Formats: sequence, structure tokens, C-alpha cells
Amino acid sequence: MAIKKFITGNFYEEAVLFPAVKKVRRAGYKVHDVYTPFPIHGLDKELGMKDTDLHIAGFIYGITGTTTAISFIGWALARDWQINFGGKPFFSLPAWIPIMFELTVLFSAVGMVLTFCWLCQLAPFVKKDHFNPRSTDDTFVMAIECTDKTNEAEAIAFLKEAGAQDVQIQSRETGWWFGRYDRETVRFGKKVAAV
Amino acid sequence: MSLNRYESQVRGPLVEGSKDYHQITEDICRPVEATPSKLWWIGFIISIGLLIFGVVSVTMEVMYGTGQWNLNKTIGWGWDITNFVWWVGIGHAGTLISAILLLFRQGWRTGVNRAAEAMTIFAVMCAGQFPIWHMGRVWNAFFVMPYPNTRGPLWVNFNSPLLWDVFAISTYFTVSLLFWYCGLLPDLATLRDRAKLKWRKLFYGVASFGWTGSTKHWQRHEALSLVLAGLSTPLVLSVHTIVSFDFATSVIPGWHTTIFPPYFVAGAVFSGFAMVQTLLLITRKVLGLEEYITMEHIDVMNKVIVLTGSIVGIAYLTELFIAWYSHVEYEWFAFRENRVNLSSPYGWSYYLMMGCNVLSPQIFWFKKMRRNLLVTFFMSILVNIGMWFERFVIIVTSIYRDYLPSSWSTYYTPTIWEIGFYMGTFGLFFTCYFLFSKFFPVIAIAEIKHILKRSGDNFKEQMDKDENESLEAFEHANAHH
Repeated sequence: MAIKKFITGNFYEEAVLFPAVKKVRRAGYKVHDVYTPFPIHGLDKELGMKDTDLHIAGFIYGITGTTTAISFIGWALARDWQINFGGKPFFSLPAWIPIMFELTVLFSAVGMVLTFCWLCQLAPFVKKDHFNPRSTDDTFVMAIECTDKTNEAEAIAFLKEAGAQDVQIQSRETGWWFGRYDRETVRFGKKVAAV
Repeated sequence: MSLNRYESQVRGPLVEGSKDYHQITEDICRPVEATPSKLWWIGFIISIGLLIFGVVSVTMEVMYGTGQWNLNKTIGWGWDITNFVWWVGIGHAGTLISAILLLFRQGWRTGVNRAAEAMTIFAVMCAGQFPIWHMGRVWNAFFVMPYPNTRGPLWVNFNSPLLWDVFAISTYFTVSLLFWYCGLLPDLATLRDRAKLKWRKLFYGVASFGWTGSTKHWQRHEALSLVLAGLSTPLVLSVHTIVSFDFATSVIPGWHTTIFPPYFVAGAVFSGFAMVQTLLLITRKVLGLEEYITMEHIDVMNKVIVLTGSIVGIAYLTELFIAWYSHVEYEWFAFRENRVNLSSPYGWSYYLMMGCNVLSPQIFWFKKMRRNLLVTFFMSILVNIGMWFERFVIIVTSIYRDYLPSSWSTYYTPTIWEIGFYMGTFGLFFTCYFLFSKFFPVIAIAEIKHILKRSGDNFKEQMDKDENESLEAFEHANAHH
């Protein structure tokens, strides 16, 4: 994507973070994201995010698995190569239920995890910019995107008043690139600021 | 804070000591970041030794065929399938803890789920070895996959429980691995951001897939965990059900039983929890994690053990009763002569099974025993021995004397290579577990932080105080004068 300018603030308590998010959004600032070390229920709603549709994807992958199993087994045993097992019908559905079930679960799980990784852009050797390493440890880091209209000094003061600590201005890459965390890496010929 | 209010006051704290978020990170990352102790090295080397014994045993079997094992015409399935079922069963507790308890919103799962899931994966890896090497011509193992081949194509038999097993076990392994690794991502990112050494930054950087902790990602992560838990719950029930079908759909007296699926699932959870206890009692001691894997955790797991042990006990008695009540002479013979009769060649194993699995766990009705570490550890070993013998009783005592007395088998004892193979899977299991406990956080850091303000010692105390104060205020305001 691109390198953008952000104002970041660190929160130490959920009880401070929630009203702060409300305040900042009401004041018209654009909250880029809030980075937290663990899931905080209700924060997504507070940030105005919609529910994820990942479970619908999971359902679709699941029924794909079921249909794959039944159509393939049905074709193989009842059409392509019929074998008489003790005089039972070639199309013996009850005996196929275990494999149909297993493939439903397998397709659904694998599909959902891949979709999750795709949506969140997670993969080995993917590198992303990080505003504050403490956001995977013990604090909640809010990043406000600076636009042309943002008065930086005002925004900093506002964030501090809302309860944020160590408020800073940072320039960060918003996308991902291939890189290693033990090396400074360059993306598209541009030097990315060290974290 | 309203956030804290819905935790039962009856439950003890799940995180002891006055912790904050940073302290949790420190405590759980410490064993990962420290150099391994002498104890770790000793354990690791012993495991590697066992693994090598296993590799040699398997090599012997591959070079000279399954004749290296003492299987014979009636006992076609002996130690190997016993071990297979035993290991698969052990895996089940991990999924129960990570999936079913997630659906039931049990906070105590957070302390033990990571290690239990790892145990599941390693146990299924061990289990998979047995059917694979039992094939004899293992280089043809890929024949079990339905791929377009030059023999027709001739498809595999989708009506066979043995093929269902292939699908069930491989699906179970894949889904457990995905579930486990998705849960690990945030914790690996924590380790990455703490890393000082170059190789750690590289390793945890690659392993954490670029996780940042963005709110949107957490939202998806939560949705993913919930649906994976919802999928794993019927999956785990199906896996041992299908394993039981290997026996139940046959017409061998002693196997041909409709009670097998629930009986196997309960037994699997039973033996799995025993293995979780064995591992975690050692892990919490060696890694100094007593404040996260508390007495409360051990107590509830012992309750699960006494529950599932009793279910297994009822299943044993039911199948015995039905064998008599059905008036099927072969079925009744298998039970009366091959099992209950103590003077029969394998009679002892039936009583060993009954003693270890049904009688001994009853000790856990007493709270004092549930909270006694030594008793718990001893019991966990006893249950695992008992559950191994359960599978041995089912498999061997049902087939060594079948319909035709002239082909009744001689006494079956394993060869050194059968024993070596079994020991080898212990080596594989513990090698994996030692590496896991060294390089990965054995407790889910993010999940512990998530429950801290509900179940942490210091927060719970404050909650109790608030609760009492508001109760007094309420009484004061509403009292009749």
C-alpha cells in the first residue's frame, strides 16, 4: 500500500480505552486500527466494524466437502466400477456417511483457515509494520491516520486527554511485504522505517 | 467494572498471585527464552534414545516383514492395533479441552488447552504409525488413497470402516493442527516482539505469519476459533466412533456390539485426561507454572476422570450383562471363558482393566484426593495402564479363541520388535513434547490475559469486595424498619 502518517497512543486499561475510542471517533478522527495483545470483546463494534462473514465461508466450504464426497463415492462405487459387497446396493448411502462427514469437516476447516490467512494477510515471511511492540504484550495501541485536514498538535493533545500515554507521530507502511523480522527490509525500493 | 461480573464466585481463581498482563507474558515466555535445564536435556536424550529404538524396530519389521511380530493366524491384531487405539484415545482429551470446553465457555480450559492440543497432535502422529507399518509392504501405503490408478482404476472400498478410519484420522490430525496453530499465532508474535537474538527474531517472525493484533484480525480469529471448535466437537466424537466401528461392524464375539461408539469415546476422553494430568503435573513443576495450572485445574480434570471412568465402568458392565442376557452362546463364551474366568490365559488382564479403570478412579469422589498431587500423578499413570489393557482385552481376548477350537491360538506374547515399536512411539511423543515445551509457549498467553480480569486472584478478590459492598448497600436501602 503506502507509507502514511499516524498518531499513536498507548492505553493501559480497557476501562480507559473504550471511552477513548468513542471520543476519538465522535470527534471525527479516523481510527486506523487498535492493536491489542488479546481479543477485547465489543471493541470491534465500538470501532464501527461489521461482523465477519468468515463462518458463512466455512459453511460453503463444508457443503462443498459433502457434495465432493457423495458425488465421488457415488460415481466410483455405483457407476465406474461396481463391486458386489454381500449383495448390498451399489449406491449404499448409509455406509458413506462417515466419509461424507469427515470431508465436510476437512474442507470447512482447511478452507476457513486459508480464507482467514488471506483476509488477514498472514503467511510465513510476511512482514508488517508495527506501531509499538508492547501491543503484543500488555498495552492497547490506537493509531489515528493523519489526513490533509488533521491538525497534528490538536490531535495529539486530544489523544492525551482521552487517556493515551506516550503519544507519538509515526510514519508507517500500511500494507505487507515479504521480509524477515531479523533484518531491515526494503519494499519497492523504499526504505521502510525501523520499528 | 461490568466486564467482570459474570464469573461464578464459587470457582477459585484460575490465575494465582497478583498478575498483570505484562507479568503473564514474562512468566510464560521465561521457559521459552531461558536455556534448557539439565532436567530437560536428560528427558530429551532419553526420548531420542527411545525414538531410535523405535526406528530400529520398524526397520526390522520392514526388512523382514510382519513375521517379526508374534501375530499369528487367529491373533491378526495384537500390540500394534492396541497401541493405535490407545494413542488415538489419548488425543481426544486435547480436543475436548480446546473445542468442547470452548463451546461451553469454561474459563479453566485456557490454562491447559495449548499443551493438551499439542498432546493431541503428537498422540495422533504416534497412533498413525501403527496401521501404516502394520501394512507390511509400507511402500504401497498410498494404495489407501482413492487416486486414478492403472489397475482399472480400481477404487478403494468406501464401505469399509478401515477406510473410514483413514479419512477420520487424517482429518482429525489436520483440523487439530490448524486449530492449534491458529491459536499459537498471537503468542508467537508476542515472542517475536520480545526477541533479542537474531535467530529468535527470524524463527518467530516466520512462524507468527506477520500477526499484529489488529482488532479486525482478532474479530476474525475469534470467529474462526468458534467455528473450528464447533467442527471439532462432532469430529472428535466421530473419530473414536469410527475407530470403534473397526471392531463393532465385524462379526467377532466380543466385538460385535452396538455399545462400542459411546463406550470408546468415553474411554478415549478418560485416558486422554489421564495423559494430560501426567504431562501437566510435570510441566507445571519443571517450568514453574504453578500459578497458571493451579489446583483448581487439576481438581476439575480429576472430576472429568471420575465421570468418564464411571461411564466406562457402566459400559463394561452393560456389555457383560448383554452378553449373558442375549443368549448368544459365542458372545457369552467370549466373556465368560476368555475374560471373566480368572484362570483363563488372559483372565488377569480383564481384572487389571476393571481395577485400574473402574475401581481406582472412584477415589476422586473425595476432594482431598482430587487436590493431592501425588495421588493424581499415580492415578494418571494407573488409568493409562488400565486403558491400554482395555484395548488389549477387547482385541486379543476376543480373537485368540474363535469359533473353531482347532485353531485356538497359543499364548500371545510380543516380540522385542513389537515392544520396541511401542517404546519408539513414546520416544516420538516425548521428543515432540520436549521440543514444543522449549520453543513454544505451553500456555496460551493471549487467552490467559483474556480471562485475567474475570478469574485472576487479585481481580477476583476485588470483585468479591465490590459484590459484598453493593449487597450491603442494597440490604441497607431495602431493609424494613
